[in-house]
Amino acid sequence: MSDNFLFGLYVFMLAVFVGYQVITHVPALLHTPLMSFTNAISGISLVASLVAAGADYGRLATILGFVAVTCATINVVGGFLITDRMLKMFRRKPGGRPGPKA
Amino acid sequence: MRPQLIHVAYLVASFCFVMGLRGLTHPNSARRGTLLAAVGMLVAVVGTLLHREIVRYEWIAGGIVLGTLIGIPMGLWIPMTKMPERIALSHSFGGLAVALVGVVEYIRHGGHLATFQMTATGFEVLLGALTFTGSLMAFGKLQGILPGRPLTFPLQNAVTLSALAAAVGMVLYLVFRPEAYTIFYAMFGLSFLLGILLVLPIGGADMPVVICLLNSYAGLAAAASGFALDNNILIICGALDGGSGFVLAILMSRAMNRSFTNVLFGAFGTEAVGLAEPPKGAGAAVNEATVEEAAEIMRAASSVIVVPGYGMAVAQAQHVVRDLAGLLEQGGTKVRYAIHPVAGRMPGHMNVLLAEANVPYEQLFDLDQINDDFASTDVVLVVGANDVVNPAAKKSPGSPIYGMPVFNCEDSKAVIVLKRSMNPGFAGIENELFVHPKTMMVFGDAKQTLTKVVGVLKE
Repeated sequence: MSDNFLFGLYVFMLAVFVGYQVITHVPALLHTPLMSFTNAISGISLVASLVAAGADYGRLATILGFVAVTCATINVVGGFLITDRMLKMFRRKPGGRPGPKA
Repeated sequence: MRPQLIHVAYLVASFCFVMGLRGLTHPNSARRGTLLAAVGMLVAVVGTLLHREIVRYEWIAGGIVLGTLIGIPMGLWIPMTKMPERIALSHSFGGLAVALVGVVEYIRHGGHLATFQMTATGFEVLLGALTFTGSLMAFGKLQGILPGRPLTFPLQNAVTLSALAAAVGMVLYLVFRPEAYTIFYAMFGLSFLLGILLVLPIGGADMPVVICLLNSYAGLAAAASGFALDNNILIICGALDGGSGFVLAILMSRAMNRSFTNVLFGAFGTEAVGLAEPPKGAGAAVNEATVEEAAEIMRAASSVIVVPGYGMAVAQAQHVVRDLAGLLEQGGTKVRYAIHPVAGRMPGHMNVLLAEANVPYEQLFDLDQINDDFASTDVVLVVGANDVVNPAAKKSPGSPIYGMPVFNCEDSKAVIVLKRSMNPGFAGIENELFVHPKTMMVFGDAKQTLTKVVGVLKE
């Protein structure tokens, strides 16, 4: 078994632990932003797509790489924008809200 | 020097992603966390551009420009009510990107991949392709292009499971005979078909679980690509994405008291799933109320709990719900919102809609937080929710939703249900709450009804 593969398994295992600990602490309130956030960071497949599109592996590989770069970029750009747009909406009670004192 | 720089960039990016995710544990820190993760992404992308194998930049630039042009409208202009559709669509993009990276990796090595690399690439392509078509099916169902009800055909589960077994079998074959490229492309094609087969038989109301599972598959596919390419940041992000989808899927199916197997292969609601006893004569015991009566009861209440459901999203009634709550609060009424984990079509769907309508998040309560307070509440206002308020889940062991945690609406002094008609919910299950002596039904579009209620209260 190759060392790199074993090392990858270590990284995977630790990332799963960290992810589990953090994600179980995300309140239900923010579950939709959580989905769009993880969707945005999974756009990290962009880094692999960039190599596929930019390296000279043949025409078919370049075209597939180009499609992959496009898809991953949509997720990165769209994902971060929409997460921020949603999170901007979550706010506390404003100071001068219409309340019992009114 | 270059490879080290790329590794440092990935290390920084990983740190940003984990810390950014940690920011999401509280609404106050969430935006900062997102910004941090976006910076991490930028660092990772810039670092990658130093990669030695990258010799041409025109296709890269083209893809980034095109992706940005599509991504900006998808981020900025899609209405909040369309969030489940948008998330499903982005899972399909993520799945496709990963699958294509796997195919390129296969082409690049001319099919001569080492055992572990082939295993990882095989599962990467399988999961990525199935996520792509599966998410497109989920999108079609949510958008109404495909019927929301489960689509079934004879021997469906047998066919789906055989296709799955065949695809996995092909991956295993490729591990020993990586150069068999016909098998590779057959597996690629079969995985697309598999995504369709897996999602078509699942009904609209099960979409929260399906979307989470697809999220999880997309993450696992990305992690597999990390193994194939020996790239740690892909493994880390894939694990975070896959883990998050999986945790959410567990929460969702727990909130429906169903197992994954049941959601995936149950084809819920295809047969007329009846109650143990036949439903009471439709309409006979229904207590219908006018808008004015509903308004007066709410005006007189000192505490109101709003229970929103998918119907609120369909009617886009969240803003007028907020207006109503504002008026009631002016009159000294305590207003809270009870959010069921599976209300709507994705996790947190109702929270986002209410946040969009400026409802402060302190007024949004989870099932566990609020369920004991119904007994001390004057009026419960059910806006387009059905199964999550069905007492059959507590009382009728024969009911398909028996065991699902639901709100104790009937413990309150009065219940007002806004509903378009007496049509039962997705599973054809009668809802006893609607014929309960404490319940008043106000029929019509939730938005129009509430607008009228607000009008009466303003007089």
